[in-house]
Amino acid sequence: MAAPLTLLLIVAVTIRAVLFRSSWAELISERVEVVSPLNAWKRVVEGLALLDLGVSPYSGDVFHETPFMIYLFHFVVDYAEIVFMVTDGITAVALYLSIQTYNKNVFRKQKYALESDRYPADCLELLRSPKEMFYIPLKVAMFYLLNPFTILSCVAKSTCGLNNAIIALFILCTLKGSALLSGILLALATYQSIYPLTLFAPALLFFLQRLYIPVNLRRSSFWFFTLQYAFIYVGSLVVITGLSFFLLGSWDFIPSVYGFIFSVPDLTPNIGLFWYFFAEMFEHFRLFFICVFQINVFFYTIPLSIKLKEHPVFLIFMQIAIISIFKSYPTVGDVALYMAFLPAWSHLYRFLRNIFLVSCVLLACSALFPVLWHLWIYAGSANSNFYYAITLLFNFGQVKSLNLISHFT
Amino acid sequence: MGLLSDPSRRKVLTGLLTRLNTPICIVCYLAGIVWFMGLAFEPFTLRTYMSENAMGSTMVLLRGAIMMLVCFCSGMPVEWLVKAMQSRGLEVFTQSFSRKLPFPDENKERYMVRGTNVYGILRAPRAPRTEALVISAPCSPGDSNNQAVGLLLALAQYFRNQVYWAKDIIFLVNEHDLMGTQAWLEAYHHTNITGMEYSPLQGRAGSIQAALSLELSSDVITSLDLILEGLNGQLPNLDLANLFYAFCQKLGVLCTIQGKLQRNDWDTAEGYTHAAQTMMLMVLKQACGRSWGDHGLFLRYHIEAASVRGINSFRHYKTDAATIGRLLEGMVRKLNNLLERLHQSYFFYLLPSLSRFVSIGCYMLAFGLLVVILLLRALDLWVHLGAPALAAPSGPGVLTVLTPVVISHLTGVALYLLPVHLQEMAVEHFPVSETEAVVLTAVAIYTAGLALPHNTQRLLSGEGTEQGWKVLKLTALLYLAVLLGCTALINFSLGFILAVTLVPITASMTPHMPKALSALVMVLLSPAFTVLYCVFIYQELIEAPVSVSEGWMLFLSVISQGILDHALYGSLVYPLLALFIYPCWLMFWNILFWS
Repeated sequence: MAAPLTLLLIVAVTIRAVLFRSSWAELISERVEVVSPLNAWKRVVEGLALLDLGVSPYSGDVFHETPFMIYLFHFVVDYAEIVFMVTDGITAVALYLSIQTYNKNVFRKQKYALESDRYPADCLELLRSPKEMFYIPLKVAMFYLLNPFTILSCVAKSTCGLNNAIIALFILCTLKGSALLSGILLALATYQSIYPLTLFAPALLFFLQRLYIPVNLRRSSFWFFTLQYAFIYVGSLVVITGLSFFLLGSWDFIPSVYGFIFSVPDLTPNIGLFWYFFAEMFEHFRLFFICVFQINVFFYTIPLSIKLKEHPVFLIFMQIAIISIFKSYPTVGDVALYMAFLPAWSHLYRFLRNIFLVSCVLLACSALFPVLWHLWIYAGSANSNFYYAITLLFNFGQVKSLNLISHFT
Repeated sequence: MGLLSDPSRRKVLTGLLTRLNTPICIVCYLAGIVWFMGLAFEPFTLRTYMSENAMGSTMVLLRGAIMMLVCFCSGMPVEWLVKAMQSRGLEVFTQSFSRKLPFPDENKERYMVRGTNVYGILRAPRAPRTEALVISAPCSPGDSNNQAVGLLLALAQYFRNQVYWAKDIIFLVNEHDLMGTQAWLEAYHHTNITGMEYSPLQGRAGSIQAALSLELSSDVITSLDLILEGLNGQLPNLDLANLFYAFCQKLGVLCTIQGKLQRNDWDTAEGYTHAAQTMMLMVLKQACGRSWGDHGLFLRYHIEAASVRGINSFRHYKTDAATIGRLLEGMVRKLNNLLERLHQSYFFYLLPSLSRFVSIGCYMLAFGLLVVILLLRALDLWVHLGAPALAAPSGPGVLTVLTPVVISHLTGVALYLLPVHLQEMAVEHFPVSETEAVVLTAVAIYTAGLALPHNTQRLLSGEGTEQGWKVLKLTALLYLAVLLGCTALINFSLGFILAVTLVPITASMTPHMPKALSALVMVLLSPAFTVLYCVFIYQELIEAPVSVSEGWMLFLSVISQGILDHALYGSLVYPLLALFIYPCWLMFWNILFWS
C-alpha cells in the first residue's frame, strides 16, 4: 500500500504548493473560519518578532501559542510552508497506520467471534472482509489530505495542523499499544490546547482492553494500571510545562495560553458558539456562562465513557468531534480531523438514516459562511445575526451528524 | 426528528415524495413565478416610510436662491473648475488617474484612459471634521452633463453661506464617469482593488456618510429620475429613496423611477402591468451587475448613494433649476442631520413604484420555491440510489463522475481567462478588432463546450452506468442549489433570473429523454441565451424594441461590457457565469449525453 499512499501524498503536496504560490494564500490566511486568535500565522510572526526584540512574546495580548511552538518556529520560520505540508503528511501517515492497526484488531476479534459462533445469523452481512478493509486506511488518509478544510488550514499556515499532527501521533501510539509514548504525546497535545485532556479516558480504556484488565473499580490491577498511565501523563505534562518555563524564563505563558482558552476574552467571530453569546452578555454573568460553556466540553466524557467502554477507538473519535464543536475557538482544521475518520466505519453507512439532509446542511453552511461574512462586513447589508445563524446551523449539522454516527454502536 | 426517524412513517413520507415528485415540482415552479409576478400587485406591497429617526423629525426650511451657472464641458476644464471652486471658498484639490483597459471599449470609445478629478471641500464651520457628504457630477466630453456641474457650483456657493453644516461637503467633478469615481474612491479609502493608477489625494474630509450623483443635461427639466441600482446589484438604503421621493412631493417636482411615472390605478390591468414593468426593469438592471450611475461604486464602501438624472421629456409643466436646487438643498440638509449611517430601513428591496416596495421577506419566497425543486429532485435521486452511494463508491465510479465535473470547470476557467488573454493572437489571424476578438472568442469557447460530452465519453474507458449519471446529477443539483442560493443572497435578481431558466431544464434532465429535442431546449435555456432574452426583454420594457440582428449586436456588446466591468470595477457577474454557472450547465449537458 505504499505506492498509492505516496501518490496521494504527492498529489496533496502539489495542491498545497500551488495554492501557496497563488494570490489566494493571502486571502485564505485572513478568513475567520480558517484561523482563530489561537492559531493564526500572523500572530506567530508577531510573537517571533517580539522574541527577537528581547521582549516577552506574550506581552500585548497578541500571541497565544505555547513556548514550544515559538521555539520550533524560531528555527524553521523560513521554511514554514514546508513545515506545514510535512505536518499534514505526518498526520495523514499516522492516521493511515492507526486505522490499519485498528482494522487488524477488529478483524482478529471478528475472526475469534466467528469461530466461537457468537454472531447471530442476520449479522453476517455486517461482517467485514479483508478485501473491503484493504482500502480503508488509504481512504482515511485521502479524506484527511484532500479535504478542502485541511487544504485551507494548511495554506493559511494555521498551527491547527500541528495540533492535529500531535493528536494523530497520539492515536497511532495508543493503537500500537505503547503506553509511554501515548502518555507523552497526550501530554503534549494537552499542553498545546487543554481540550485533549478528555482523550485520557478513551486511551486508558483502550489500554485496559488491550491488556485484558477488566474495568472494575474494585480490582487492584485496574488501579495499578490507571495510576501508571496517569503518572506518565501527568509527569510528562509537568516536565513539559517546566521546560517551557525554562525556555522563556517566566510563567507568562500560562495566563496567555490557558487563561486565554478558558476565559475567551477575544470575541472575533469564528465557526464556534462562544463569540456571539459573550458579545452580548452582561459582565456579571460572564463568569457563570464561561463555566457553563467550558464544562460543556468536558462533561460528555463521563456518559460517553460509560456507554462506549467496549469501543475505545470510537470513543476517541467522538471525543475529538465534541472537542472540535464545542471548544472556545474552533476552526475548520479541527473539523477536518474528525471527518477523516468517517471511512473507518463505512460498512455501517446504510444505518445512517438522515445523512443526506445533514450533509446538505453542512455543505450549504460551508458555502454560505463567506457569503454572509461579505454581506455583513463589506456590503453592510446584513449583521452579526446572519453570520451567527449560519454558525449555529453548521454546529447543529455537526451535532446531528454525530448523533447519527453514534447509532453505530 | 421523530417523523424522520420512525421507519414506517419515514417510508410513507419517502413514498409520497417519490410518487408525487414531478407534480410537486411543477406546482412549486408555477407558484414561484406567480408569486414573483404578484409582487407588483399593489395590495401585496407595503407603503414606503421613513425609518431613520434623524431624518423624519427635523424640519428643513428651504430658502435656496440658487443662481444657475451654465457650463460647457468639452473635455475637462480643470483649471477653470479649480478657479471656480476656489472663488467659491472651497478647498480645491485635483487627482489624476490612468488605466489601460484590457481591450478597447467600443461603447464609450476608450482604451487608454487618462483623466483628472477635481474636488472641493466645504468645511463645516463649527464641527469636528469627522464626517462628510459627497455631491458629485460626472463631467464627460461634450455637453451631456454640463448643467450638473453648473448646479454643483451654484450649490457650493449657496452652501458656503450657511452655518448649519455639521459635516464637510465634498463637491466632486469626476472625469470618465465610473472610472474617475473609482479612482477617487480608491484613493480616498486607501485601497487598490482594480489595478488603477492614481495619484494620492491631497485633501480629505473624514468618513463619508452619504453621496449623491447628479446628471443634468439640459437646463429645463420636466422630471427627475432616481437611479438606485449599484455595482453587483447592491442597493442603497431605502431611506435614501424615500427621502428623495418625499422632497419631490413636497416641492411638486415630478419624480420617476426606471423612467416611468407612478400610476394610481392599481386595480386595472394597465396599472398592474405598469408596476410589473417597473419592477422587471429594476430586476433586469440589478441582475446585470453593473453600476447604472456613478453612485453605484460608493455602495461598496458602505456609503449610501443614489443618482439623480434630470429628464427633459415634452411636458407642459417644467421645473426650473431653482426648484431642483431647493430639492438638493433639502436632501443634503436632511443628510446633514444624520447621527449615524443610514441603516434602519431595508437594504434588500424591489420597487414596483416609488411609493411601494417589496422587502426581502416577501420576494425571497419566490426564489425559495424555485430552489426547493432542485432539493426535491436531489432527495428523489437519493432515495432511488439507495443510501450508501455517497461516501465510498467503487474506483471507476468516482472517476466517471469526477471527470465531467473537472472538465466542465476547466472549460469554465478557459471561458473566463482565454478571451482576454488570446485577443492579440486572434487579431493577428482574423480581420476583427480587439473587442470583437474577445467577445467572439468567448462565444466560441461557449459553443465549443457543447461538443465536450462526445469527447469525454471517448476518453473514459468504462461506459457510463445508470448509477453513474444519477450520482452526477445528484452532485450537480446540490451544487446548483448552493450556487443559486449564494447568488440570490448577494444579488437576488441575478439568482432569480438564472433560477427561472436553469431550474426546469436541470430538474428534468435525464439521459433517457429524446436527445435532439432536449438538447435544443437545453441550449435555448442555457445561460448565454438567458442573457440574450434579458437583452430583448429589457429593450421591450424601455420601449425601444430592437430587431433580431440589432439584438444580437447588443448582446455581444453586453458580453464585452460584462468583461470590462469585471476588470475595471470588480463586478462579479461575468466570473460567476463563466466559472460556476456555465460549468454547472455543462455538467447537465454531459448527463443528457450520457451513453
